Amino acid sequence: MPTQTNSDDRIALLQGTLDLLILRILVLGPCHGQGIARSILRQSEEVFFVDHGSLYLALQRLEDKKWISAKWGLSASNRRARFYSLTEKGREQLLQKTNEWRRLTRAMGLILGDPSTEEA
Amino acid sequence: MLKRKRKVEDFGNEIQAHIALEAEELQREGLSEKEAWRRARIEFGSAQVARERFYLRSRIAGIDNLMRDVRFAFRQLGRNPGFAFTAILVLALGIAASVAIFAFVDAALIKPLPYQDPNRLVMLFESIPLGPRFHLSYPDYLDWKRDNKTFSSLEVFEPYGFMMNTPDGLRQADGARVSAGFFRTLGVKPILGRDFYDGEDMPKAPRTTLLSYSAWQKRYGGNSGVIGKPVTLDGNTYIIIGVLPRSFSFAPAEPADFWSILEPSKCRGCHGLYGVARLKPGVSFATAFADITTIAQKLARQYSDSNRDQVAYMLPLTQVIVGDIKPVLLVALIGAALLLLIASVNVASLLLVRAESRKREMAVRGALGAPRRRLIAQFVTEGLLLSLIGSALGLLLAQQGMHLLTLLIPKDMRIAMPFFVGIGLNVRVIAFAFLLAVLAGALFTFAPLGRFRFMRMHESLVEGGRTSSSALWRKFGSNLVVIELATAMVLLVGAGLLTRSLYRLLHTDIGIEPDHIAMVRVQAQPRKYSDNTTQANLVREILHRVNALPGVLSAGVTTKLPIEDADWTSGFDIIGRPDDHQHREVAVRFVTPGYMSTLKTKLDSGRYFSSDEDVSKPLVVIINQAMARQYFPEEDPVGKQICFGGDQKHPMSIVGVLSDIQEGQLDAAPRGAMYIPFFQNTNSGFVVLVRTARDDRAFLPTLTAAVQSVDPGMALYQPMTMDQKIHDAPATYLHRSTAWLVGGFAVVALLLGVVGLYGVIAYSVGQRRREIGVRMALGAQRSAVYRMIFFESGRLIAVGIAIGIVCAISAATLMRKLLFGVHAWDAATIFTVAFILALASLLASFLPARRAATVNPTEALRTE
Repeated sequence: MPTQTNSDDRIALLQGTLDLLILRILVLGPCHGQGIARSILRQSEEVFFVDHGSLYLALQRLEDKKWISAKWGLSASNRRARFYSLTEKGREQLLQKTNEWRRLTRAMGLILGDPSTEEA
Repeated sequence: MLKRKRKVEDFGNEIQAHIALEAEELQREGLSEKEAWRRARIEFGSAQVARERFYLRSRIAGIDNLMRDVRFAFRQLGRNPGFAFTAILVLALGIAASVAIFAFVDAALIKPLPYQDPNRLVMLFESIPLGPRFHLSYPDYLDWKRDNKTFSSLEVFEPYGFMMNTPDGLRQADGARVSAGFFRTLGVKPILGRDFYDGEDMPKAPRTTLLSYSAWQKRYGGNSGVIGKPVTLDGNTYIIIGVLPRSFSFAPAEPADFWSILEPSKCRGCHGLYGVARLKPGVSFATAFADITTIAQKLARQYSDSNRDQVAYMLPLTQVIVGDIKPVLLVALIGAALLLLIASVNVASLLLVRAESRKREMAVRGALGAPRRRLIAQFVTEGLLLSLIGSALGLLLAQQGMHLLTLLIPKDMRIAMPFFVGIGLNVRVIAFAFLLAVLAGALFTFAPLGRFRFMRMHESLVEGGRTSSSALWRKFGSNLVVIELATAMVLLVGAGLLTRSLYRLLHTDIGIEPDHIAMVRVQAQPRKYSDNTTQANLVREILHRVNALPGVLSAGVTTKLPIEDADWTSGFDIIGRPDDHQHREVAVRFVTPGYMSTLKTKLDSGRYFSSDEDVSKPLVVIINQAMARQYFPEEDPVGKQICFGGDQKHPMSIVGVLSDIQEGQLDAAPRGAMYIPFFQNTNSGFVVLVRTARDDRAFLPTLTAAVQSVDPGMALYQPMTMDQKIHDAPATYLHRSTAWLVGGFAVVALLLGVVGLYGVIAYSVGQRRREIGVRMALGAQRSAVYRMIFFESGRLIAVGIAIGIVCAISAATLMRKLLFGVHAWDAATIFTVAFILALASLLASFLPARRAATVNPTEALRTE
């Protein structure tokens, strides 16, 4: 069972990375909060633990910045939920942040001696 | 951009949906429904906590940030107490001056007079060739009242000094006499007892009087049993019928303790009354003026002997009461506003300098992720905090200032301006102070913010990165200094012109030598001294005793002093000249021969009176130059005969022409006047004057005692010296108070302007240390450095002064009403002021210039 994973193996998200993850998930299409949380957990192979309070605050923050928009709709199971979708501005941000993140991880990797760079 | 606030409830729904969706998914993964819901709830954590966090984020966080900003702002101010102290003090002074002056403006010009619908009230006069504001006669009043169609009521009053019998003898008591409907016209009701009823001013009605509130308190201890009590005034018994409200005052008749009823008179030529009337609803001022003018013209035709050239004149009551003080107040208010402007600009430029030195701090905070909004909020908080503390302190200072300013008003002037009584902080004044605080706060916020906006973050991170932004600030800061210098120039020129006016006023030739003159007013019992013999004997005895006093050089008596209003006038005819229907009217004074020698007047031609010229001798008269010029042009008046209007049986020979004595106010044009020997036309009321070799002020008690010793029953009042009289005269007061106020503002403005310039130059030198170092290393002489700095400041000073001169001349033109004997464009004043300001400013830039010239090149280059 996915939720059985020992919580010690999970990594608390770095400040600012949650925003990036949310944007990334939403590229695939509109999604509600629970769906986003599930996707992050699943796609990170259950490494990232998403604190739900933080998640909704981040959603609110992104909505304020107009990177994402929200409206109430019906889920697959016909349940009312608030669906978030990426705005044009959000799409640009995602691109930029992704690039920044890549540069950061590459630089970190170079210094820390990432096996992949060593091989290269 | 308006941000739509999301409701907490909506958020709660979202959480519920989340948990439901999670439970559904867990169920699909094989859990029982119950277990799935339980798990979903646990997974989510506390929904309540999430809701709280959502709530905190939107609301509390704002307050929390604010508190942090305020604490930080306090720390910032505390870290630099010199800056905080200077900024707050400068601002507090500026605000205090503005608020204190505004309180006076409010009391005189904004707060309505204590009458019902005061804007519908007018005051009526009869104007004569001598001037517009002269009195009505009783029969004229009755005709005006009967014939007008534009006033809902028209009443009359006269200020009147009563002689009151007291256990200590006769005492003067201030009062006024009014027609029966006077208080109803004003819309004032007694707080105790009753008002006069219609017809109470008819001769058979018993004499009655109302008391002013202060007289009721002072003379009767506020006892309500006073109604119905008798009081003896002028030897007649009056019954007290009521007490007027505390808020009531009527400046044209103040001071007045007893408001009694006017007695009718049939004498159309006896002018002693002022009219006060209320316009009918819907009737305009102009319509009413036209109406009353027509009536007066009709009367002038009907009674050509007494009413010739008597023209109706009308003014709004408000203008009569506050008209004189209005220009003074407006000038003072503008002065205070300019001072506040300088003060604010000064503080703003201090803040700019600080913003400049904090730009790195801001850049670092920005780089660490502080949102721009939070950085801006920091500036706003600091600006507001500064203006708030400054304004609160300013308000306290203003309150003190107001009381101080009221104390500076001479007593007589205070009485004539009852609207200043009880001046203090009221709603309007506090609102005004609040407005100033907000404006100052906005300025203090936006000045550094503007600076902050221009700044590029990363540029500021680089040490020495001061290229474009510093130049920009220098430009902005120096513009502020130009404003300061120009404003200081305006205030200084204003103060200079007003001071010169005051000097001219005090040094105008008033035709007498006013030093060492002690005076006291005397009113003898009219019944005891009722004829020429008794009155003449009384005055001779008084003069005899006074002359015997040690230190007395000469003594005299007059019926009216110089430098007062031009009352006591009479029409006259020239004997032997055909009646040309010209109305001739001059001021008339009855004086003893000693009057002129005591005042050291100057004789133009002819002779003075001799001491034996009394009723047994031919009637004589001395006229002044103004009268000679006006009525005897190109002929010698000495030897001509004149008589009072229509009284051909008593011709008076002109024996002398006197250089004009200033009979009216100090700033009034000279008017025709005639002087008649007192012993040929005696009176029971007069003024005794002595010239003493000693200190005139210290001599007053001796004089009073000597005069009183002749008859303890006489009322003696208002002992004063001539210097005091000139010093306290309304014209002097108005000129002096404006000169002092604007002068005070100007000195502070000069100080602030110069300090501002110093700040800008010093900052500029500090910023250019390295540049100066390079120049000197490359061989620039110290003198070249001096030249560079002085060139920079000289440009600012020149521009500031040039703008200032233009503004000053326009400002002075606006206040020319307050100028006396000096033009708005008085070159000497403007040149002197410009010179002083330039000198002070150059001095202020000398200090930073010297610091620049003593820069050690190697050190300056090494610091970075």
